[in-house]
Amino acid sequence: MKTYYNPDDLKKFGNISEFEPNLAKKFFDYYGDVFKEGALTAREKALIALAVSHTIQCPYCIDAYTQDTLEKGCDEAQVMEAVHVAAAIRGGASLVHGVQMMNKYKELSM
Amino acid sequence: MSTKSLFALNHELATAKNQVQFLESTLQVPFSEKLKAQQLFPLSVKPLEIFQVNVGKMCNQVCKHCHVDAGPDRREIMTRETMQLCLNALEKSGAHTVDLTGGAPEMNPDFRWFVEEISKLEKKIIVRCNLTIIVSNKKYHDLPDFFKKHKVEVVSSLPYYSSVKTDSQRGEGVFHKSVQALKMLNDAGYGKEKSGLILNLVYNPAGAFLPADQLALEREFKSKLKSNFDITFNNLFAITNLPVSRFLEYLERSGNYVSYMEKLINAYNPAAAENVMCRSTLSIGWDGYLYDCDFNQMLELKTGLPESKQHISAFDPELLQQRHIKTGQHCYGCTAGAGSSCGGTVA
Repeated sequence: MKTYYNPDDLKKFGNISEFEPNLAKKFFDYYGDVFKEGALTAREKALIALAVSHTIQCPYCIDAYTQDTLEKGCDEAQVMEAVHVAAAIRGGASLVHGVQMMNKYKELSM
Repeated sequence: MSTKSLFALNHELATAKNQVQFLESTLQVPFSEKLKAQQLFPLSVKPLEIFQVNVGKMCNQVCKHCHVDAGPDRREIMTRETMQLCLNALEKSGAHTVDLTGGAPEMNPDFRWFVEEISKLEKKIIVRCNLTIIVSNKKYHDLPDFFKKHKVEVVSSLPYYSSVKTDSQRGEGVFHKSVQALKMLNDAGYGKEKSGLILNLVYNPAGAFLPADQLALEREFKSKLKSNFDITFNNLFAITNLPVSRFLEYLERSGNYVSYMEKLINAYNPAAAENVMCRSTLSIGWDGYLYDCDFNQMLELKTGLPESKQHISAFDPELLQQRHIKTGQHCYGCTAGAGSSCGGTVA
């Protein structure tokens, strides 16, 4: 292993069934169902997936869902807004803990 | 964005021979193997429905993905004599539709004459209009009325409902002009309910990826074009870009060729292969030679008929029905996912 991430590994995702086929099948069936058109459109789900990909900073997911959102007809403005949603929630999640910090600060202060 | 064709730039991939060599030299599953696996090889034809006539490579645009390598610098156009041969053949054929394409077909000086003559034969006429031609010059401003007079079905490319993606593929300012032209077509009754005048749009991806679900895209385009520009249309066709000519050159130059082909191959759909449009279409080149489809035409892959029967002057409907379609690696573009044809998805 020369690098931790290899773009070609994305194509091999299905190979995880090699070591444990039953759980892999359950996962991929579930995965497939999640992304089907439902109460949300497949396009909306792809944008959510893209945003989450950035939150968890998964290069495979960013690769896959950038392609997927393009294939679902999204444009530059839409994909970047999705990333900002991720960034806002992620930043907000840090910042909202400031309340906890302030609580503690006040608790300890005269 | 280049304003010259690959032909004018003397690019290596300007010749059909080099393109075919490039496509066939890569180590990928041969298209014929896929057909063989479902007992479709060699691919036979179905009853002829559509005469697709390419009246020339001249165009007012130089789109990045154009499989024709069309542009203002191309001079190859169909003569009235060849058009007459097409009309003679059309009368003998069982085809119900004539699909006129180019380049910008309207730039052929005999285009209107040809439409009028086809109209007399009571065939359905489709014109693949790039929209901007309508507003490019005063002499084309009456095209919507001309189309209306002959009940022409208008099929127009619009890769997106906003300018960034459209202009990146089709050239600076194309979106704005396309909107103007669409409004003129709407004013003539095109794309309006109960008018009987059909205006269909064509979406094709502005890059190395596959098109979205056709119905979902149509929904999106209808809503955005209506709310942003008060434009209406009938149907949207989602078309896959085939690795031919400028799109092939783009794939090669951008380093996307291998992954794009893999994507097409992995998305091979047997149902789409059954229904590919070449099985019921005859494609005629500007010089009157016969092909199985417009892509084969650009790759100069003539029909498998004997040499003496390969021109429209020797049109032989019975012999044509016995032919097998010439296929190659580019054909994966028509069989990926929901399939692709000049009328959108096929599966």
